[in-house]
Amino acid sequence: MGSNRHFRVWRGDDTGGQLEDFDVEVNDGEVVLDIIHRLQATQAPDLAVRWNCKAGKCGSCSAEVNGSPKLMCMTRLNDLPLDKPVTVEPMRAFPPVRDLVTDVSWNFRVKTQIAPFKPRAPDAPDGTWRIAQSDVDRVQEFRKCIECFLCQDVCHVLREHHLHDEFIGPRFLVYAAALEMHPLDTGDRIEALRKAHGIGFCNITKCCTAVCPEQITITDNAIIPLKERVVDEFFDPLGRLLKVYSRREGA
Amino acid sequence: MTDIQREPYDVVVIGAGGAGLRAAIEARLAGKRTAIISKSLFGKAHTVMAEGGAAASMGNVNSNDNWMVHFRDTMRGGKFLNNFRMAELHAKEATDRVWELETYGALFDRTPDGKISQRNFGGHEYPRLAHVGDRTGLEMIRTLQQKIVSLQQDDFAETGDYEANLKVYAECAITDLLLDGDRVAGAFGYFRENGNLILFEAPAIVLATGGVGKSYKVTSNSWEYTGDGHALALRAGSTLINMEFLQFHPTGMVSPPSVKGILVTESVRGDGGVLKNSDGKRFMFDYVPDVFRKQYAETEEEADRWYTDPDRNRRPPELLPRDEVARAINTEVKAGRGTEAGGVYLDIASRRPAEFILKRLPSMYHQFKELADVDITKQPMEIGPTCHYVMGGVEVDPDTAAAAGRVQGLFAAGEVSGGMHGSNRLGGNSLSDLLVFGKRAGEFAAAYASSLTERPTVSQAAIDAAATTALAPLERGDKGENPYAVWHDLQEVMQGLVGIIRRKGELEESIKLLGDLRVRVAGVGAIGGRKFNPGWHLALDLRNMLIVSECTARAALEREESRGGHTREDFPEMDSRWRQVNLICALNATGDGVELTHKPLPTLRPELLGLFDESELSKYMTKQELTDYEAAAAAAKQVTVHDTVDTRIGG
Repeated sequence: MGSNRHFRVWRGDDTGGQLEDFDVEVNDGEVVLDIIHRLQATQAPDLAVRWNCKAGKCGSCSAEVNGSPKLMCMTRLNDLPLDKPVTVEPMRAFPPVRDLVTDVSWNFRVKTQIAPFKPRAPDAPDGTWRIAQSDVDRVQEFRKCIECFLCQDVCHVLREHHLHDEFIGPRFLVYAAALEMHPLDTGDRIEALRKAHGIGFCNITKCCTAVCPEQITITDNAIIPLKERVVDEFFDPLGRLLKVYSRREGA
Repeated sequence: MTDIQREPYDVVVIGAGGAGLRAAIEARLAGKRTAIISKSLFGKAHTVMAEGGAAASMGNVNSNDNWMVHFRDTMRGGKFLNNFRMAELHAKEATDRVWELETYGALFDRTPDGKISQRNFGGHEYPRLAHVGDRTGLEMIRTLQQKIVSLQQDDFAETGDYEANLKVYAECAITDLLLDGDRVAGAFGYFRENGNLILFEAPAIVLATGGVGKSYKVTSNSWEYTGDGHALALRAGSTLINMEFLQFHPTGMVSPPSVKGILVTESVRGDGGVLKNSDGKRFMFDYVPDVFRKQYAETEEEADRWYTDPDRNRRPPELLPRDEVARAINTEVKAGRGTEAGGVYLDIASRRPAEFILKRLPSMYHQFKELADVDITKQPMEIGPTCHYVMGGVEVDPDTAAAAGRVQGLFAAGEVSGGMHGSNRLGGNSLSDLLVFGKRAGEFAAAYASSLTERPTVSQAAIDAAATTALAPLERGDKGENPYAVWHDLQEVMQGLVGIIRRKGELEESIKLLGDLRVRVAGVGAIGGRKFNPGWHLALDLRNMLIVSECTARAALEREESRGGHTREDFPEMDSRWRQVNLICALNATGDGVELTHKPLPTLRPELLGLFDESELSKYMTKQELTDYEAAAAAAKQVTVHDTVDTRIGG
């Protein structure tokens, strides 16, 4: 069956920690999460890790494998150079809790800051809506998000500059885009995007798109269109003039 | 003793999947201060794994559909062992519950005229599953999450506190329910992050903890599925029913070994995929049982015509209920017609164009590509049965979701409850079940809390005992046995002896081995501290897995027939006398084992009985039952299912 390989797993907590070395059996077809589970069962029963579905659908087992933000359940050993040690570390943009587990609670607080879904009045007498599939398709891309927070982990605005109070990060720009482009939604999040949510901090390096395990085209399909909406609303002189004019007309 | 945080609530919902979130929304809307307790992070619940869709007879794709047809399909799928009232409520209310999700912001796939689209699934007569590609469960969880956040935003606007009336306790596990006499008074548990202990003081508790699959080696279930709610209910004096019925989903991945068990959605078959053995034969035509003969095609030609002309052709046998398909695959593999890895082939590549597959089954494409190096638009998938769902669960009142037994104030909804699906659940009936009975559980838990004139209280002795139990594995430390080793052995017993095909001798052996494991579970130890310590968490989960496994093994030994998710090699036929029996599990007098009793099934109301042909009923019911029903069925004969929906019937 398997042969042994060298893994280095970060162990520690909010007070500090270091990489610990393990020699562990690996088998054909296995993923990094299999190895972490084997370590728990055989060498380190208290090794802390989050995981749920082990099928890339829940977004729990986010970590940095050989320095790259990955879902451990979808990272196959075949794709790693096993002649060298494999390093597994927690996401570095979030405070460590223990071992591979980080404190991601900030993300859940951010969500409460985004204006909720506000549907238009129903189209049909029975209280339902009629929506074209093409309008659904665009938003469904954003709704694929499994909230693994790897995009937040890799975003330099959060990771290096720690602007958590001023910038909601790619995950929540995708969330806002899903609401803004929802065919039934009538809410307005444009001013909040510009000010409270700090969309201007994103300088389109597309690191988030590169790490998204759901292959959501975060920058091109979510963030840039939102930036355009912000520009149209606040920085288009002709548009502003028209708006002032039409407001007067309406009054 | 240790410091214990106390939090008072009106309603506490244990579990944050579809049923739990829907229950919490309802309790909060009823004005109750509500807590949601999630074993994982908020939004990671097992519901996200549900792929196919939510069954609701909206009739958007085939207008012949209505609740009566859905009810009929559900009863057939469950081989008439279902609690008929639950199946009836489910069929009637699923449409409103699914539509309601759209008001919360869900975005389902559409029909050409812009309505919610519906797809075909095993055992459903018409296209009935509202869906979002093959990630419907994720859409449902995100939608309910979004609704909860919006309610918190409303509360913030009013009180300045997002969590004033509805709070999510993430990564928090409940180890015991605490009672005041026979009344629910609180839920005791710990936070995974720091190991701190917490007592929720509440007069009404909703269990929505999902299933039990982690007692099996090959399963589609996540680590959370350790039967917590089942065990909490038992220990609180409630009862479980139908625990012998486990659904082995016919299509789990089989290769490479490390992905064994991961679910392959039934939508592959609903959208045209077929099952083939290693000889290339489409074998399901050989496995259509008598009770389903009338509804399923006999030739490949007829089966293939059905996809485009369902009114004049019968369904492909790949779309039989899951228990039938799983058994058929098992038989093929045993007969030596399986693949090397012990599965069979599921082929959609040769039957549908690549772009169709990519649009309809994107996450399956992704899953096989990433995990197995298989391109499902070009190659067949290799699949085999995987432990997926427990039909059995907490015995509940069908209308209120209140748990049976002496305990008051306890409710259960979703997979943790029993009865709704009888001996086998139809695909798509789970997501709708979560919504229908989640709402009902929240509503009636809130009403129960309102009806009390004084709050039940928790005794200090009960709190101390719960704390001692919770901390015991840490106390034993390295002097106790490794919980992972015990878990592994429990999985071996359940997979090997209480699996898809069961035999008397093996079941007796399993009960003996579970007895040995009980001693070992009581002695497991966890090294390390209280901070996010998975060894400690597993040690506590094992207690639940063990008692629930014992329920399954004992009920499986007792039921001497084969029906739905319970197949006895020594009793291969369905026996109409056993259809009249529910097996009820309760905790025994000493509190360390399970006691089994027989209880008659509730009798179907005549107007519901009238929805079936007598010839069909005769396959399920005893002669005596049929004689008794004859007069009643004749009276209800005028009711035909193809009439327009008449909600007065049975309502």
